[in-house]
Amino acid sequence: MKPADTENADSLITGLACPIPIVDYPHVVLAHGGGGRLTRQLIEDMFQPAFDNPALAAQNDSAVFEVGSSRLAFTTDSHVISPIDYPGGDIGRLAVFGTVNDLAVCGARPLYLSAGLILEEGFPMDHLWRIVCSMRDAAREANVRIVTGDTKVVDKGKGDGIYINTSGIGLIGASIEPGPENIEPGDAVLISGDVGRHGVAVMAVREGLEFETEIVSDCGSLVAMVAELLASGVPVHCMRDLTRGGMATAIIELAEQSSSRIELEGDQIPVKPGVRGACEILGLDPLYVACEGRMVLFVPEDAVEQALAVLRRHPIGEDAAVIGRVTENGRAKVTVRTEIGTHRLLTLLSGEQLPRIC
Amino acid sequence: MKYIDEYREGGTVDTVIERIERIVTRPWGLMEICGGQTHSIIRFGIDELLPDRISLIHGPGCPVCVTPIGLIDQAIELASRPDVVLCSFGDMLRVPGSDRDLFSAKAAGGDVRIVYSPMDALALAQRNPEKKVVFFAVGFETTAPANAMAVYQAQKQGVANFFILVSHVLVPPAMEAILSSPDNRVDGFLAAGHVCTIMGESEYHSIAERFKVPIVITGFEPLDLVQGVYHCVKQLEEDRHVVENQYARSVRSEGNATARELMDRVFVVTDRRWRGIGEIPNSGLALSSPYQAHDAVRHFKLEDKPVIEDAECLAGSVLRGLIKPDECPAFGHRCTPERPLGAPMVSNEGACAAYYRHRRNP
Repeated sequence: MKPADTENADSLITGLACPIPIVDYPHVVLAHGGGGRLTRQLIEDMFQPAFDNPALAAQNDSAVFEVGSSRLAFTTDSHVISPIDYPGGDIGRLAVFGTVNDLAVCGARPLYLSAGLILEEGFPMDHLWRIVCSMRDAAREANVRIVTGDTKVVDKGKGDGIYINTSGIGLIGASIEPGPENIEPGDAVLISGDVGRHGVAVMAVREGLEFETEIVSDCGSLVAMVAELLASGVPVHCMRDLTRGGMATAIIELAEQSSSRIELEGDQIPVKPGVRGACEILGLDPLYVACEGRMVLFVPEDAVEQALAVLRRHPIGEDAAVIGRVTENGRAKVTVRTEIGTHRLLTLLSGEQLPRIC
Repeated sequence: MKYIDEYREGGTVDTVIERIERIVTRPWGLMEICGGQTHSIIRFGIDELLPDRISLIHGPGCPVCVTPIGLIDQAIELASRPDVVLCSFGDMLRVPGSDRDLFSAKAAGGDVRIVYSPMDALALAQRNPEKKVVFFAVGFETTAPANAMAVYQAQKQGVANFFILVSHVLVPPAMEAILSSPDNRVDGFLAAGHVCTIMGESEYHSIAERFKVPIVITGFEPLDLVQGVYHCVKQLEEDRHVVENQYARSVRSEGNATARELMDRVFVVTDRRWRGIGEIPNSGLALSSPYQAHDAVRHFKLEDKPVIEDAECLAGSVLRGLIKPDECPAFGHRCTPERPLGAPMVSNEGACAAYYRHRRNP
């Protein structure tokens, strides 16, 4: 950030004035929602100073706090996906799983969801019904209830068919509360399945790209798998579900939050051949492509086999693998060993990856 | 994956590196032309595997980087017109013009769309006859045939609302400009495999001969690159300077005749200004007279306004191989992908972006 921002940050904190923090773009651009550095800039420069509180400052997938004698996790997620339907899911499934997964990886059992629907005038009623049914089925699968909601309709042309926001509350059990502060040198880094499928599946439909094999989104619920993992007694240090910025972004953020150096083994990271091929053609790095039913986990070395056994018992975790380890504390750094044995640095991208020219 | 995995096999790469170590006796500076090759080198750390005597110099082969700032301003001006849909490859959208980028033009209400092929832009023009659809045609010889095809089809099918904003540049004149420069450090070239897939080898023989430099047509995978280096070093050590083809699985000596024929029909060679480098004679393409009705500059009467580059940006020195990106004082501090001073920091093929992404100490 610019050094000149300090003055603004100070005045925001004292509340004497409320200038808009200086950001480099005077208008919102798409990359502000891309999950990369511009998203983070918005959060750190605008939202955190304004809403300043410890639960927000923890920067986890869900806010965690106490109400009476219960520890709760609370999160929200808005879904503006285009196309609305894609191989392996639709916006309804995504809206439910996105939120329950955020709760689950904080060690919470998801209980209740809200659903806010923003509909565009003219949206076909039968399509809406299909989406509602898929939300119902997804909620059953994740064992949560959608208990409250809201519906708004905007003028034709002012929305993209349908947007869905869901918020969720989950209850944290007594024993384990995974989080980046528990990450330790020696921890193994695990991934619960192959990466990059959701992003490529959606892009293929949106852009009309055809590949030899249909690429199906990984969109799914992590709830049952995480519940069994925690119940099995595996001392999980940290979990995070993967979203827009893909696996690399999640691991980089965790390295920064825990001040860890993490070394990944490139050839151990599962990527389906179709996804790899599509990424090669488009010039995308699959490690940064969106996933919607995957998580990374940090567990002590001696618990790796037990953790893998539990993950692989669930269809959504059948490709789970150990992909690297935390080598030391200190300055955050994530590297991945390439096919030819060299180490390349993984860093946050500005926004979403863009296909190359040639 | 076929054609990928076997070219990223660590053992084979090591064998070639050992062969290079055995033959090299003197320091050599080799320039890889293409930004795609630069990214591969930095991503896989190939420069770190090579003997110290060999320094890789990153070339100007990033189409986004060398597109003049004035042309980006013209694209932004077009995108801001209510009757225009501006189509571009995604990579162009973050490149800074004089005061903003195409993403900002889009955020301000301009109709800017990312396409994967110029033919997608042509289809968009056919579907939206009330709009003027402009494709931002950047690139080297690699992308020229597809852009030529889009214009050729537009003409043939009478799609009068399809235009291209042309910023095509050619590799051989840039190589000559680099070799003719008094501060040239390049002893040999790794030529861009995909450019030669279209153009073949013929243009390079005279450069190799006149400037006494080996030119090895090279692919993009780690094994391709180390093999390219090996052949180049071998020639230098043996005091030879000819054109060799490492990328024979894609490049035929005559190139792609059909593609070249189409390029010759739709484009003519013209002088072009390169961002960071300056004007190079006969180094670009413009639409030939039968196709000028599709020329966006002509149709929209766009002016070529003089533009002053940020003096702090050393992109020109980076693009000419005079400095490495991390030798620029602004690198990673005053110049980042979020706040780029120059195009090489934003483009997928830009050398500064490659260093920032894979080399920077976080």
